[in-house]
Amino acid sequence: MPRSTSLSPALILRTLVAWGITLLLFFPLGWLALTAFKTEMQAIAVPPLLQFSPTLDNFREVQLRSDYLLYATNSIITSVLSTLLGLAIAAPAAYSMAFFKSRRTKDILMWMLSTKMMPAVGALVPVYVMAQHSGLLDTRLGLVIVFTLSNLPIMVWMLYSHFKDIPHEILEAARMDGATLWQELRLVLLPLGLGGLASTGLLCLVLSWNEAFWSLNLSSAKAGTLATLIASYSSPEGLFWAKLSAASLLAIAPIVVFGWFSQKQLVQGLTFGAVK
Amino acid sequence: MKRLLPRLLLTPAVLSLFLWMIIPLGMTIYFSLIRYNLMQPDQTGFAGLENFEYFLTDPSFGTAVMNTLLLLGSVILITTVLGIALALLIDEPFPGRGVVRLLLISPFFVMPTVNALLWKHMMMNPIYGVLAQVWQFFGAAPVDWLTDYPLLSVVIMVAWQWLPFATLIFMTALQSMNREQIEAARMDGANYLQQLRYLYLPHLGRSVAVVVMIELIFLLSVFAEIYTTTGGGPGDASTNVAFLIFKQALLNFDAGVASAGALFAVVLANIAAAFMIRLVGKNLDK
Repeated sequence: MPRSTSLSPALILRTLVAWGITLLLFFPLGWLALTAFKTEMQAIAVPPLLQFSPTLDNFREVQLRSDYLLYATNSIITSVLSTLLGLAIAAPAAYSMAFFKSRRTKDILMWMLSTKMMPAVGALVPVYVMAQHSGLLDTRLGLVIVFTLSNLPIMVWMLYSHFKDIPHEILEAARMDGATLWQELRLVLLPLGLGGLASTGLLCLVLSWNEAFWSLNLSSAKAGTLATLIASYSSPEGLFWAKLSAASLLAIAPIVVFGWFSQKQLVQGLTFGAVK
Repeated sequence: MKRLLPRLLLTPAVLSLFLWMIIPLGMTIYFSLIRYNLMQPDQTGFAGLENFEYFLTDPSFGTAVMNTLLLLGSVILITTVLGIALALLIDEPFPGRGVVRLLLISPFFVMPTVNALLWKHMMMNPIYGVLAQVWQFFGAAPVDWLTDYPLLSVVIMVAWQWLPFATLIFMTALQSMNREQIEAARMDGANYLQQLRYLYLPHLGRSVAVVVMIELIFLLSVFAEIYTTTGGGPGDASTNVAFLIFKQALLNFDAGVASAGALFAVVLANIAAAFMIRLVGKNLDK
């Protein structure tokens, strides 16, 4: 049926309702962004201000007072390194399970996912004690290790479900033609699996960037990530909404924009390819 | 060679996950059986089941279990129902659909601590918060959300974060629907409710399972939202099991009791996992 291009009442209604709900849901973020450019007095004005002359003071203040750049660097380093490390461990495992399926493959996959079901808090005391004894408490390395391990099950699953869709015949054909294992991986598997690797990496990056449980409990002034920086704004003295907003905006803007570009891969990845 | 290589490739992942699981588990079991309070180093020795008894008879415990289930259940229910409604709404083209999609998904990428503080201060503050202003505009008395409805407040924050995820999954699923089938039903005079009941909802069954499963994994241990807003209070009104264990460990410094609680959480998670594995296992065979 050709859809009518004219503005039917149904379409107008749909558009209005959809936009209304969307703006309502997006409102808190929009408000956060606005508040970041207000002065502290404007931030708590009653009734709320919509028109004001924007200021950048809050951003300067955030950097001066709480060293935003240190936390941002920690966030970038820990999330990128844990993603790379995770891919390095997960990709071979997923390759092995997808192309050399054995009777136990399914059990191993299920077991891996079940470790993710274990609530992080269940491991809090032991991991804290271990981190303390090994000197990894409040270090980036400690966070990288913990992030990697807690994302690993999801990464293996995602990569497995991507690799599984690559036809075996192609790899076999390459082998028949005399390709070495290295050539097979580099010339056949890598190009075909690149999409899977990319979306797995993206998801892991987002999860690590936003990770709050371990970073709140295992890091503070030295290795703290942006999630811990924001938590320190929980109830400081005096007026702080504008500064809180500025810090928050700086903390989420990179990953939200990043998410916009990769939303499709991320969602497909998170469902392990079960929803297409 | 042919057997060895796949195993070799699998080993790092399996070994690291095994260690990540078994070492903390072993230590937790050990700690749960001894007296281990960081503030009372003189008290040591075997405690038998004292820690378990303490944790399980703590009046906070029942509340925490209830809160965990309420939080899980209501967020899953809200995000699934509203997510399906929203996905159906934006399934067909309308002006600005692409932008709507981007704006809708945004809350999903917001880190939990920002989410929590944004709602705690800018939205839910009883004097200056946006919601208070809206309430006043309509002549109602502003609500002190975090004090009067702490658990509901946490539910709102978490649901706000996960609704976009659910919506996007359902949207993706709807796109793979057989359009001709819908047309045929329409031609045969099926009204929208009938189409919903017999075509759309059955098609979404699998994605509902996926949404429930993923949210189960991530929501069983909601922590940062509680930590940064209510601190589990007032009283235990917004304490879930994860937060109760945290309180025992890092606020009461009682690693023994916290470990006993952690083991309980593991049992809880395993029940959920068994349920989940049946769900996903079915999908895996397809």
